[in-house]
Amino acid sequence: MPQSDTAPESSEPKDEAPAPSLEKATGRTGADGVPAGKDPKPIDAAPLPKGGAPGITFEKVVKRFGSNVVLRELDFTVAPGERVTLIGPSGSGKTTILRLLMTLETLNEGVIWIGDQTLWHMDRGGKRVAANQKHLHEMRKQVGMVFQQFNLFPNMNVLRNLTEGPRRVLGVSQDEAVERARELLELVGLADKLNAHPTQLSGGQQQRVAVARALAMQPKVLLLDEVTSALDPELVVGVQDLLRDIANASDITLLCVTHEMNFARDISNRVLMFDQGQIVEEGPPEQIFGEPSEQRTRDFLQAVLAS
Amino acid sequence: MFDVLDSHEELLKGAWITIQLTVGGSLLALVLAVLFGMAGVSSSRWVRGLNRVYVEFFRGTATLVLLYWFFYALPLVGFKFAPMFTAIMALGLNVGAYGAEVVRGAIISVPKAQYEATIALNLTPTQRMIRVILPQAVSLMLPPFGNLLIELMKGTAVVSLITIGDLTFRGKEIQQSTGETAWTFFWILVFYFVIAQVLQLFVRFAERRVDRMLGRRPSRDTSLATVSASAAGTGVGG
Repeated sequence: MPQSDTAPESSEPKDEAPAPSLEKATGRTGADGVPAGKDPKPIDAAPLPKGGAPGITFEKVVKRFGSNVVLRELDFTVAPGERVTLIGPSGSGKTTILRLLMTLETLNEGVIWIGDQTLWHMDRGGKRVAANQKHLHEMRKQVGMVFQQFNLFPNMNVLRNLTEGPRRVLGVSQDEAVERARELLELVGLADKLNAHPTQLSGGQQQRVAVARALAMQPKVLLLDEVTSALDPELVVGVQDLLRDIANASDITLLCVTHEMNFARDISNRVLMFDQGQIVEEGPPEQIFGEPSEQRTRDFLQAVLAS
Repeated sequence: MFDVLDSHEELLKGAWITIQLTVGGSLLALVLAVLFGMAGVSSSRWVRGLNRVYVEFFRGTATLVLLYWFFYALPLVGFKFAPMFTAIMALGLNVGAYGAEVVRGAIISVPKAQYEATIALNLTPTQRMIRVILPQAVSLMLPPFGNLLIELMKGTAVVSLITIGDLTFRGKEIQQSTGETAWTFFWILVFYFVIAQVLQLFVRFAERRVDRMLGRRPSRDTSLATVSASAAGTGVGG
């Protein structure tokens, strides 16, 4: 049963894990159960996807909303297991790229490849035709997404949020799904919140559960859509550290949209700078953040860092 | 004033008929509301059309005329039904049309983000609806459903016009035999009011259960201890 004494439904728990440096100094344990300071979790022992991550290729992808062209003949490639961050001003099409990959938006033109398969098209008699629901269902098995607003299911407790997908979609047994959910909650530092209700958790805790829920589906591609934008400032670092550790410990192909440039630098092998639906500049984070070659990138970074 | 209650057996018989009509009519209405409400959010234009035809026709026709039609007109073309069956059909079809709009509205009021999360978890369209969307929509349906339920119960009074011995019908009989017009109809009003209050109690209870499932109130609320003790189990989605 949910422990209403630990988390009043109306107010956010105040003792969320603070920044790691502070934890180290005080040696206390964060409210979300992360043992702070001492004995760091052996994260690579956790049940994370290993191997077989596909690459992603966009071929002349066009996405329009009415007369507004969001992506114009966009081409780019993400290598298997690569971690790519998309940065750029609002409306530059970054989030649309993730939403196309998660099939939350439909494709207008072009082709998207996940590994050697097309996401939005399938082969019928040697001809490339629009994908049907069955094809999309198969393709989605490889992809997971974490949302800005967490989007946990309020009609289920934390455990069922994590077991529902594996049981109903992957056909995993109840026992196995629960076992895996426990491991994942352990990984995100919320082992004690198994039976809690999403509304009893703070924003940071909800986002940790959402990360665990996405990982429970064993995706090979993980999409992070501004995952810390809705969090209180003091909770941001905890979630970012968790994601960086997960990224380091797995072979997952990662696409990340963020306005947190430190996080982008931390987590990615490569940064793509977007503007008006096209890539302005790309390169390793040291280059993009250190010595960007494009004026547009410099202006953007200056504006972001000044805010 | 209490002379009328000498005929309490008659009144109770009438009330029992009213309750039967209410339960039967609301169960039929509920099934129709859920079926046609879900049809209203279908991706298929044809299925959505089915919803429109049903809702517009039965919402736009008077229950009494529907009742006459079932009771007097259909037998002329060879379909003869028992009066109770006729009454439940007419009430259920009529209120079900309003209910279908409630269900449709509730489903489209569930945040789009929830729907997107079900896609990200790769649930099938049926699983999305049954596991995530409907359980959340139920909390939005319950208050208007409570209204419809009481409307339906009061609406059962029209069946007295096809000679079913419900509360209103018995009231008219008693009024004629005793001449106590004012008091007879006073007590009839009281009967309807009491039944409505009991129905309201059921709806409130359901609302609390659903609120708890959605985490809007603590699961072990002491003020609800007595209520929840009588009905263990999981919520709608469980």
